[in-house]
Amino acid sequence: MYKFFEPNKIFSITSRAPKYVLILFVIVLTIGLIESLILSPEDYKQGHSVRIMYVHVPAAWTTLGIFSTITLLSIFGYIFKLKNFFLISKSLAPSGFIFNLIALVTGSLWGKPTWGTWWAWDARITSMLILALFYLIYLLAWRIYENKEQVYKITSIITIFGIINVPIIKYSVDWWNTLHQPASINILSKSSIHSSMLFPLIIMTAAFALFSLLIFLMKYNTELIKIKNKGLDRL
Amino acid sequence: MINEILLMNGYGLYVWSAFAFTLLCFTSLYVVIKIQYTKEKNKFIAKFGTLNSEKASFAKSQGTIKEILSNTSNI
Repeated sequence: MYKFFEPNKIFSITSRAPKYVLILFVIVLTIGLIESLILSPEDYKQGHSVRIMYVHVPAAWTTLGIFSTITLLSIFGYIFKLKNFFLISKSLAPSGFIFNLIALVTGSLWGKPTWGTWWAWDARITSMLILALFYLIYLLAWRIYENKEQVYKITSIITIFGIINVPIIKYSVDWWNTLHQPASINILSKSSIHSSMLFPLIIMTAAFALFSLLIFLMKYNTELIKIKNKGLDRL
Repeated sequence: MINEILLMNGYGLYVWSAFAFTLLCFTSLYVVIKIQYTKEKNKFIAKFGTLNSEKASFAKSQGTIKEILSNTSNI
């Protein structure tokens, strides 16, 4: 089964996939933008500012999903000595960090008209900022450490510490009094969001997921070519 | 209609800024990764060109190298 994860096998797929993913991403994003900026209704309380939700929420979901995936891959990679899992994790991190940044900045832009402030040190915002710092440390670790074994160990430790923050982000609105409202979308129970707002949210989430897939594929291919460049030097 | 979409009852600045920032981040990240990819690929092709025929045929026998060389299409 592990042979399936060998770079040689994966590269034949990842080298061809980006152009198709890019086309699909542009189509889905265009539909998402039309839905979220023009067709979806304004909120009875927040007015048109609710439209920021269509970039803020998918960015937050995607960054949390990517960090959780990176952690799982790092742990399994370290236990089963699968170097390719680290390569996949490394390739996922840039888009995860950018989505975290988008969530923070768009949250700030949403906060000003709704709460009257650009920034507040509440539990949800602070824990998201901490996640951004974990992403930054993770990306820096790959740049700083040359020794592969050392970087695998250090990045795994960073993700293990960082993953503790993920449930804190998720449940911060329930555990503490924050400016954020409780979750409107629940997988296990009925969501309180209307379908006219849920549909653009799902489309934009799909667009964000496709973008992270696109960046992942391009970064992964770059990393593989880097490895092969070193291989050619040794010939 | 156009004014309503642009101004959004006074929320336009916040909404459009949020969407513009998102699209700017997307474009910047895509361009950066694309530049890195092209740079590495060009470096690889240049290095491969300097190999003698024996080393080149050995390198070509490796799956990934064959894929890199055959996949000349840009993303």
